[in-house]
Amino acid sequence: MTYIAKPKLHHPTLTRNNVGYTRRDYEGRISTLCAGCGHDSISAAIVQACWELDIEPHRVAKLSGIGCSSKTPDYFLGASHGFNSVHGRMPSVLTGANLANRELLYLGISGDGDSASIGLGQFANAMRRGVRMAYIVENNGVYGLTKGQFSATADRGSKSKKGAINTDAPIDLVGLALQLGATYVARSFSGDKAQLVPLIKGAMEHGGAAFIDVISPCVTFNNHAGSTKSYDYVREHNDAVSRIDFISEHEEITTDYAPGEVVDVRQHDGSVLRLRKLHPEYDPTDRLAAMNYMHEQQARGEIVTGLLYVDPLATDLHTAFNTTERPLNTLGRAELCPGARALDKINASLR
Amino acid sequence: MNGREQHAEGCTETMNAITAVNDFVVKFANVNGSGSASANELFAKAIMRMGVPVAPRNIFPSNIQGLPTWYEARVCEKGYAGRRGGVDLMVAMNPQTWDADVSEIAPGGYLFYDSTRPMLASKFRADVNVIGVPLTAIANATYSDPRQRQLFKNIIYVGALSVLLDVDASVFETLFAEQYRGKERLLESNVRALHLGRDYVREHLAAPIGLRVERRDHVGEQIFVDGNSAIALGLVYGGATVAAWYPITPSTSIAEAFQKYCSKYRVDAASGRQNFAIVQAEDELAAIGVVVGAGWNGARAFTATSGPGISLMTEFIGLAYFAEIPVTIIDVQRGGPSTGMPTRTQQSDLISTAYASHGDTKHVLLFPQDPHECFEHAAAALDLADRLQTPIFVMTDLDIGMNQRLCRPFQWDEQRDYDRGKVMSAAELDAGREFARYKDVDGDGIPWRTLPGTHPTKGSYFTRGTTRDPYARYSERGPDYLYNMDRLRRKFKTAATLVPQPVERAAKQKTPWGVIYFGSTSPAMAEALDVLEARGIAVDAMRLRAFPFPDSVPAFIAAHERVFVVEQNVDAQMRSMLINELEIDPARLIKVLHCDGTPITARFITRTIAEHIEAAGKATPERAMEAA
Repeated sequence: MTYIAKPKLHHPTLTRNNVGYTRRDYEGRISTLCAGCGHDSISAAIVQACWELDIEPHRVAKLSGIGCSSKTPDYFLGASHGFNSVHGRMPSVLTGANLANRELLYLGISGDGDSASIGLGQFANAMRRGVRMAYIVENNGVYGLTKGQFSATADRGSKSKKGAINTDAPIDLVGLALQLGATYVARSFSGDKAQLVPLIKGAMEHGGAAFIDVISPCVTFNNHAGSTKSYDYVREHNDAVSRIDFISEHEEITTDYAPGEVVDVRQHDGSVLRLRKLHPEYDPTDRLAAMNYMHEQQARGEIVTGLLYVDPLATDLHTAFNTTERPLNTLGRAELCPGARALDKINASLR
Repeated sequence: MNGREQHAEGCTETMNAITAVNDFVVKFANVNGSGSASANELFAKAIMRMGVPVAPRNIFPSNIQGLPTWYEARVCEKGYAGRRGGVDLMVAMNPQTWDADVSEIAPGGYLFYDSTRPMLASKFRADVNVIGVPLTAIANATYSDPRQRQLFKNIIYVGALSVLLDVDASVFETLFAEQYRGKERLLESNVRALHLGRDYVREHLAAPIGLRVERRDHVGEQIFVDGNSAIALGLVYGGATVAAWYPITPSTSIAEAFQKYCSKYRVDAASGRQNFAIVQAEDELAAIGVVVGAGWNGARAFTATSGPGISLMTEFIGLAYFAEIPVTIIDVQRGGPSTGMPTRTQQSDLISTAYASHGDTKHVLLFPQDPHECFEHAAAALDLADRLQTPIFVMTDLDIGMNQRLCRPFQWDEQRDYDRGKVMSAAELDAGREFARYKDVDGDGIPWRTLPGTHPTKGSYFTRGTTRDPYARYSERGPDYLYNMDRLRRKFKTAATLVPQPVERAAKQKTPWGVIYFGSTSPAMAEALDVLEARGIAVDAMRLRAFPFPDSVPAFIAAHERVFVVEQNVDAQMRSMLINELEIDPARLIKVLHCDGTPITARFITRTIAEHIEAAGKATPERAMEAA
């Protein structure tokens, strides 16, 4: 977190999107993370995704827990309201915020310690409730701010900077999200912007709970030989099942791939996820198959990336609750208070 | 049995028997899950329909089925709703607790039991009148279905009691007709069971007994409702739209009642959609997290819990305090510490809520005295939370929350609007008004806030639990921290002027003695003050309705030489808070503590205060004034 504001210099040639904003309008304050931190690349991908999606920055609410990753909402979307809440509890705060105003877009930023260690219960329950949000875990397998302890996503046998070997089995948040009913599940790598940006765009436009696990190496505490979350390790073991292009509702869909190579998945809001399939047999709309494939690859030591599962017609908690269309935070006495006459009747029934 | 005539009474044995009209205690000893609760409530309601107030209390175990449960109904035409203590008539329906139940009956009292099976003579007491009705035999002869036998046995004993206590059959018939409107079969079978009990007593026993109900007009417009339902209704009227909760006794029925009332009053007629959202969370941490998120985003949100839930919520409570987010928390207190006595009552979460969370935190607490005030304070809490941008606790307890109480009817002023507090709009931002999230621009310590999504370029800020400058920018500078904490203290002073103010009751003569009490102690205190007055002991009383303490509280203490502080916990928590917040000399505040899990009684308060005053030899005001 920093109190240094970025200078707002808008070069006249900066391209404006359809709602009149340049990419600079989606940036935040200057990052205080270490130089080369994967998290900053994710912030840049979020900026790019929101700009490309023509989202007005103030229509996004960004929420986080505690940790390096949870500091990042200060570093993008400076015109959005942000909430750096309690360690491991972002999902519940986001759920409440979402219930209060269903018209905003909700971006939840968390880390592996925040979501898999202290906050696993909240992560799990937010997924199974289908809260509409883009939930991004910036996963480096390590606690940065307290300087290098393993988190619950660290692989068994992985070596810490100080030489300790992790003996606990890892928690796989992608596997959990699939099992718990998340309707958009992806994994990516902070060093792969071409893959990450469209995945974030798809998540932002998704109708239900969207989860992206982004492997994001910690350059200071987890980027050494023996780590399974280092830049080198991830690059060597990345098994991408798909590359996706995200096409908004109003964009023209053009075909520039041979049939069989691409699958167009149309989401609830009309947007299209164009999957360039790298594994012809992989079906991203089959939850069970996705789980199987992931587990098989994992057993081989491969990190599966790409859009692993999507239910394009997913709905959310508001649909389940049959909540009114108007944001609950705009309702007033007229809609909410039953009035004095109703109270007289209630009194009469209690005599 | 103070001042009561005792005389021979010919029910089943001839002996001294208590006689009382409209002033006695009936205790029902039942087995949990046997369907007795609705029969017992029917009994209480029937007496109230005779115009005579009844104060019932459920004394129940942490159990679903099989363990003992009691329903203690105090019939009192003067309207005292506190527990009296003592039992005049025991309805002993539970063999497990027979010995203890029989021993509890006052000498000259009555024991009503199921005489189907013969009991050893040694199981009775010589100084208690025994009334046997073969309930099981009557039920078995009439019904073949085991469930019906059990349920109607309860109605049969209510019928028998109605003749013994001289309650009209017509009031029951009216109650049944209201309850089973459109369900004729249920109506007929209940009326039939009632008369089975009535007929048996009329044919075989002398009735009425020494305890009798006579028609009065002392109930009037009052309503009979439990505090948890009243809270839920207050939250509906107060405009709560988001509720998040985790089941915990004794607060669970708040969320359930909120759901029930919302289903009735909060569904949009045109679209059929809900103007509310209720999340049964995975734990209390998530419940308060949802409420914090919703409050941050401008919805009125609440959670309802009890002490253990408060413990789990404390990290979030500190965040809400420091980030200044409106939150309403209902704490229905039960016996602690830890799991303590989950189905018993206490006022023992005062300190854990007033100073909840790490760091220097202080919170606003409200203390409703009965269901009427539960309704008022629940609605007020939502206004206060928005106005003060901070957590507001409504502190009830199991005694108020889970017992039906006769109280003033609910009222709602049709002109009343919600106080949404200082929320800056897009128009105000466009008009060039400066937005500084944590700056005290009005001198009351309360800053302005904006809601997410308000304006494309102005008024956004980053909310965090770490410290910041007045413009919400991260800062670890000492002066920024101090500015913020000074402002929060100023805000707390403002809170003292906005919360429900104390209610005073002056003695008829000048006195050096004062008493401070709050919450569910209220009905017992009202009775104790009358009794003390009748005995010539003058005590001025102040009922606290909120924390922080308004200026009238130190003024009241200063105006008295000694002040009793009556509360239902082990460590005199309210007294500690008075000492801590107002720098009162501890010697001036006398502890009156009741903390065994049962509701406090007027007898206990009267005895403790009277003994103290008499021991001090200052019962007469003249001597006391000299001493002062």
